Amino acid sequence: MENIITFFSQDGAMEMVYVIILSIILGVQIIESVPAVLHTPLMSGANAIHGVVIIGAIIIMGKADPNNTLALILGFIAVVLGTLNVVGGFVVTDRMLEMFKKKPTKNKE
Amino acid sequence: MSEFALEISYLIASICYILGLKMMAGPKTARNGNLLAAFGMTLAIFSTIFLYNDNGKLTNHIWIFSGIAVGAVLGWLAAVKVQMTAMPQMVSLFNGMGGACAALIALVEFPKALEHMEEWNVLFMSTILCGLVIGSTSFSGSMIAYLKLNGNLKKDIRLPFYNIINTLLIIGIIGLTVCLAGNHIEATDFSLWAYILLAAASLYGILFVLPIGGADMPVVISLLNSFTGMAAMFGGFLYDNMAMLTGGILVGSAGTILTVVMCKAMNRSLSNVIFGAFGTGGGAVSASSNGAEQKSYKETNSSDLAVLLNYSQKVIIVPGYGLAVAQAQHVVHEMEELLSERGVEVKYAIHPVAGRMPGHMNVLLAESNVEYDKLVEMEDINAEFSTCDVVMVLGANDVVNPAAKEDPASPIYGMPILNVEDAKTTIVNKRSMNVGYAGIDNDLFYRDKTNMLFGDAKKVLTEIVSELKNL
Repeated sequence: MENIITFFSQDGAMEMVYVIILSIILGVQIIESVPAVLHTPLMSGANAIHGVVIIGAIIIMGKADPNNTLALILGFIAVVLGTLNVVGGFVVTDRMLEMFKKKPTKNKE
Repeated sequence: MSEFALEISYLIASICYILGLKMMAGPKTARNGNLLAAFGMTLAIFSTIFLYNDNGKLTNHIWIFSGIAVGAVLGWLAAVKVQMTAMPQMVSLFNGMGGACAALIALVEFPKALEHMEEWNVLFMSTILCGLVIGSTSFSGSMIAYLKLNGNLKKDIRLPFYNIINTLLIIGIIGLTVCLAGNHIEATDFSLWAYILLAAASLYGILFVLPIGGADMPVVISLLNSFTGMAAMFGGFLYDNMAMLTGGILVGSAGTILTVVMCKAMNRSLSNVIFGAFGTGGGAVSASSNGAEQKSYKETNSSDLAVLLNYSQKVIIVPGYGLAVAQAQHVVHEMEELLSERGVEVKYAIHPVAGRMPGHMNVLLAESNVEYDKLVEMEDINAEFSTCDVVMVLGANDVVNPAAKEDPASPIYGMPILNVEDAKTTIVNKRSMNVGYAGIDNDLFYRDKTNMLFGDAKKVLTEIVSELKNL
């Protein structure tokens, strides 16, 4: 309990709680209005967005002591995996959605 | 100044994620939404590299850029080369990569935190450990889901008492996390404990996904997706990083809701999916007893079917995973166009969980230019089956199994299904009489109005198309 109180009295901790709660509500709202047909691309798009974890990998890499080989190697792998998640995720989603986009051009014919 | 610029770029990135996800909710704006989210991500990544400042700027740029280059090339190649039918496992694979990334971050930060921490900070340590546990569970679970969907792991392996083993394991993991975070373990080598925790969490991911049947895989992937989102959120906590925090939570909450929506579509609860795997208990018994009595079914061939279709008023096509596997989406569209030209009304009935993911069939059929409004969702089309002449079930099985309505003992009882048995004639195309993914027999195949058409969906449909052209 003490820990929790100390945590919330830290600078910026309450702001984080705000951000978390509002983001949760936003996430729920966004999904509830999506038609079932778009669930797969949406899951894929959300999948790409959590690739934001790569920022943590970049920070690790950038702060790593050049003599600490283990940290360098682990950080490097983390950056590669994170990029895979981001790039792969967005490209796959784009490929899925590209198919939905063809329709308007077809109607004009 | 640079710190301010970094915060602003993170704010813009967060707005891009939110608007991007919002735009993905409509078919017209979806693609731009994805691009917007990708733009936000790129902005967040590059501003981190150049603007991040925590007692000194980031160094090791060569390592960072080569890592990004390797990941980008591999990710791009994998995403471009993958077949549309293999999309679900690809999503699972990329999800696993994100989970592994989060776990690695925690693994590097753990010894660093031990070195630099002047006073034990429980919440800081909890954040690292939660990232480690959730990230590695998500990674190993996603890999198993990938192998299962890819067909490398065909059987649903169930250890005896797997529910008890899994529960004990998760209790052990939580206990160890609490002890480590609270500094209750007197240990000389803390890093060793971090590796033990990593191993236990990975094992849990494997054991958690292994017994779950293929039909439930979309739900599992969606759940693991939200897990990785949460792991990213813990990373955001760790670095006080708003972009990671908002991105992670958005995916965490959106993924959870998506999981619940998918469960609802199958009329099952989430706990039922996780703890009560398909095809156990009653299901296995009823399947074997059905197998004992040889029931008779009628068979048809493609030329008879072509004639039947040609003189029908209204045809409804029910696509399933078999169609996706056979890559028959283009030829089915060709058949649909031929029939439409001859005045036959053709519609597609899309079950929410047809294929391996919600919306999987829509993506596939959209790929072959089927018009968006010809794809009708289950609630809207179920009333129409009684007015249609022919229903063609192409490689679908469990989503048209009347046992879901009629047999309370069936494991899929209560799942909403397409009422294909109301049509005048039902044609079922399958490769054989084998059971579907849920592992249960389908009474529909033996009904009087049902005709079986055996063979690969693409081959059969190609035959029908050439027959139609000759008529």
